[in-house]
Amino acid sequence: MADIKEMKKALTGPIVDSNPIALHVLGICSALAITTKLETALVMSLALTTVTAFSNLFISLIRNQIPSSVRIIIQMTIIASLVIVVDQVLKAYSYEISKQLSVFVGLIITNCIVMGRAEAYAMKSPPMMSFLDGIGNGLGYSFILIVIGTIKELFGFGTILGFEILPLVTNGGWYQGNGLLILPFSSFFLIGGMIWFIRTIRPEQVEPKD
Amino acid sequence: MSAKKETLGKTVGVVLAVCLVCSIIVSGASVGLRAQQNTNAALDKKSNILTAAGLLEQAGTDITGTYSKFVEERFVDLSTGEYVDNPAQGTGKAYDMYGKVSKAKDTSSSVEENVGFSRRANIANIYHIKDEAGNVSRVILPIHGSGLWDLMYGFLALDADGNTIRELVYYQHKETPGLGGEIQNPAWQALWNGKQLFADGEVAIQVKKQAGKDDPYAVDALSGATLTSNGVQNTLSYWAGENGFGPYLQRQAWKS
Repeated sequence: MADIKEMKKALTGPIVDSNPIALHVLGICSALAITTKLETALVMSLALTTVTAFSNLFISLIRNQIPSSVRIIIQMTIIASLVIVVDQVLKAYSYEISKQLSVFVGLIITNCIVMGRAEAYAMKSPPMMSFLDGIGNGLGYSFILIVIGTIKELFGFGTILGFEILPLVTNGGWYQGNGLLILPFSSFFLIGGMIWFIRTIRPEQVEPKD
Repeated sequence: MSAKKETLGKTVGVVLAVCLVCSIIVSGASVGLRAQQNTNAALDKKSNILTAAGLLEQAGTDITGTYSKFVEERFVDLSTGEYVDNPAQGTGKAYDMYGKVSKAKDTSSSVEENVGFSRRANIANIYHIKDEAGNVSRVILPIHGSGLWDLMYGFLALDADGNTIRELVYYQHKETPGLGGEIQNPAWQALWNGKQLFADGEVAIQVKKQAGKDDPYAVDALSGATLTSNGVQNTLSYWAGENGFGPYLQRQAWKS
């Protein structure tokens, strides 16, 4: 059994030190698409964290049985099943949000973070550590999504989680909503800015020049 | 990776076992949660009808109560425009005009216009919205027609004059989010309020570019979603026309 320090590292490391979005630049597609509102970003974070954690756990449990010739397919099967279960649960208990997330829940299957952690970590680590690693990477993804979602919703719509913070001109307030931030591609700038910020405070993340 | 686990039998066995376990989990989740999902879908339909009725804010969390108080479901024979009895009466199921279009010739008719479906049920379920005094204040008509990717389903809410549009609510579609998906944008939906469906007995409403705000017969098309906008136009032209609710709207049967 791994010691406490190692477990803590697996859990908190991916939040800033080895963030899946900021350092590995994985999972960008969904980060662009569903961060317009903080609420969808939160649900997506929760869904992805659940899927990553449990796919890591199950794959790690049977890692010694998986024949290496078909390992990717087996990983995909497990991940896809988990995603379908998450999708069904959302449809049953959070119908409105599942309508807003529409295809993106299904697209967790192709999210590089889930596959990446399964292949790189869960295939050679014990179940408990893999589970924590999955939660950690999910949290790293969530961290970026929540920051971007907050910025976009606050300055795009003047609200946080639907509560009015900056009253919009169109509603008789003084704040002119930033139309650019409502569009999905504005996340490119924001994620770029965050990567720059993180690499400024953690210079060791900067790739060496060729 | 020892060589031992690379035998063909072992590989096939592991694959089959994983597939079996995963399929049991997936079907278990699907079957176990179906009742809850159906409840949600029914509630969602009711809240869409209340949105079209302009009653959703008033309803708050009491969707079912408000619905049963103000909304009355009626059935219309589209070819004559007259009210008929519930076709599903006695079966214990709700009538679904989008369900399997019955093969019997008298219950469906083929469609030749450019609206995206080739057959439709001949009996439509429409909704009367009643005010406190019990008079019909709005009529809600179910409409559907193809957008860019697939059929779009919605409700068209008309005033009791059968001509003034109050709401056009789309509740199910597969249009591109941010482009055609903007048919669900409240700002765009608000454009429809007060527009006129007919001029001199002909369908006059148009979805077009740079429609003037004061033009009672035109609504701004969605930018970046020409095909979706055309779909909305075709849908309205069909359903307001003589093959759709035209006869019913002319007859104005809800007034009698």
